[in-house]
Amino acid sequence: MEQLLQHLVNGLVLGGTYALLGIGLTLIFGLMNVVNFAHGEFYTLGAYVAFAGLALAGVNFFVALLMAIAAGAVLGWLCEVTLLRPLRGESIDTTMLVMIGLWIAMQNGELLIWSGVAKSIPHPFPTAPLVLGPVAIAPLRLFVLLLAAALIAASWLLIQKTKLGRAMRATFQDRDTAALMGVGIGRIHAATFAFGSGLAAAAGALLGPVFLAYPSMGDLASLKAFSVVILGGLGNLPGATIGGLLLGIVEELGAGYISSGYRDAVGFVIIILVLLFRPSGLFARQERIA
Amino acid sequence: MTRAGGFIVAAAALTLPLWLASAYHVHVAIMAAIFGVLALSLNLLLGFTGQLSLGHAAFFGIGAYTSALLTLKTEWPFWPALAAAVALAGAAGWLIGRLALKLRGAYFVLVTISFAGVISLVSVNWIELTNGPLGLPGVPAPELFGWSLRSKTAYYYLVLAALALSYLVCARLVRSRIGRAFVALRENEALAESIGVDVTHYLVLATVVSAAIAGLGGSLYAHYTRFVSPEVFLFSYTVTMVIMVVAGGKGTLAGPLVGAVLFTVLPETLRAAASWQWQMLAYGVLLVLLVFFLPRGIVPALQALRGRGAS
Repeated sequence: MEQLLQHLVNGLVLGGTYALLGIGLTLIFGLMNVVNFAHGEFYTLGAYVAFAGLALAGVNFFVALLMAIAAGAVLGWLCEVTLLRPLRGESIDTTMLVMIGLWIAMQNGELLIWSGVAKSIPHPFPTAPLVLGPVAIAPLRLFVLLLAAALIAASWLLIQKTKLGRAMRATFQDRDTAALMGVGIGRIHAATFAFGSGLAAAAGALLGPVFLAYPSMGDLASLKAFSVVILGGLGNLPGATIGGLLLGIVEELGAGYISSGYRDAVGFVIIILVLLFRPSGLFARQERIA
Repeated sequence: MTRAGGFIVAAAALTLPLWLASAYHVHVAIMAAIFGVLALSLNLLLGFTGQLSLGHAAFFGIGAYTSALLTLKTEWPFWPALAAAVALAGAAGWLIGRLALKLRGAYFVLVTISFAGVISLVSVNWIELTNGPLGLPGVPAPELFGWSLRSKTAYYYLVLAALALSYLVCARLVRSRIGRAFVALRENEALAESIGVDVTHYLVLATVVSAAIAGLGGSLYAHYTRFVSPEVFLFSYTVTMVIMVVAGGKGTLAGPLVGAVLFTVLPETLRAAASWQWQMLAYGVLLVLLVFFLPRGIVPALQALRGRGAS
């Protein structure tokens, strides 16, 4: 029982960051109809920016996190404007090839800059775990969970309460009508891609100190983000949140009770099973954004 | 390609070891031919049915492991092991084809990636069978009527024969009724279905044949490098195949071959100048540039040029 609770807590920490990754991807995939295979590279970027900030520049943890989000958002915006905008209206396969190219280029760029050796990201938290009744949690992990929750809440507010969020929802529901109502589709696309990439970078900056930063870390992050999106349904924000937490918990339970070697297989199996039996996601009656 | 052109290419391929200066050059030719097999296989799906498989390294790896395990652990001779590799990869293709029956585009890609991810994890974790990350050394060289094909020149002719066979299978297939069904599926699935083309049946068929050919490439690779490890499932193999097909010209028969030769010879010549990471970086950039500036690939672009010149 205690072991189960411990696995659940660890799963929630992982799941919170998976939810961030998934929210970013579900917005990009759902709203722009772009299969963003480079999504995990923004996660990697976030981890390395956090490394640069914390280990090299020695800034505060929050500053490093903000730097990572800003770097992800700016680079995401640049990629949208240079790579995706000229191809708007092309088939989904065309943009997918471009995103695969971006994925490979970014990953190997990171490999050239940072070398293949995994980097441990320093953090200011004590390493002695907090013991809360039956479970123990490292302060860093607790902090990661809380920040992930705050960022998820901020994303909800942005989508539900701001003018930009309303324009994004309108574009998702009916692009042509939204355009007729004066929504600048180009601007919305750039904002969506920047926002999603910023969230991925935040996830990288949060999970990076828990594990390690290495150039190919984004591959699994991309696939986990895709499994979250598929679990939650395309463009479905609550779905991505629940899907992310679910994936984190199932992974942790699988690693604890079945085999740690197959931890990463959970996401793959989820993708295959959900696409087979519930292609619109576990929670959605229909695909939507909100 | 015209008949004369085909003749020249065949003659050049057959006499190639005579022209090449060193064993290293023959090695590059062998790798180009193996990748030619793989590119033809990917093109059958991507080029003709329009479905991108990003898990093609799985079929390649299944072929390599099947062949290596059968010759090492049960001491089967090379030829039945090769046949088993083709059959098992084809069976895996059937499974994926059945699983992805109703899935298209991005979802097909995700299922193929996930499948490759699971298989790769199995190769790392099922240590009793695969020896885990350490891999399987000492895969024997093939023999033919008691002759060892250990020499590079002999192996070159073996892979060339396999390449020719794969090419003929693909050519025969795409020029038949079945090939027209593939293209119909790519161009307008709803329309194809409405006139009675059993779309899913043909997609499964394409996946099986494509996977079997990739398995053939895997077996040839295993018996050439004499070593198999989970690295055969590396995503960079799939990426290389995709680049070869997209650059050469997807949906043409000559395109994947042009792509395979280009992207085996080019990295080898650039090897001294640029490290592997720089090359992969260049691959990524190149893929983006190709989509922007040469979306149909080299072979169709050349054909268009020649057509314009003639008229």
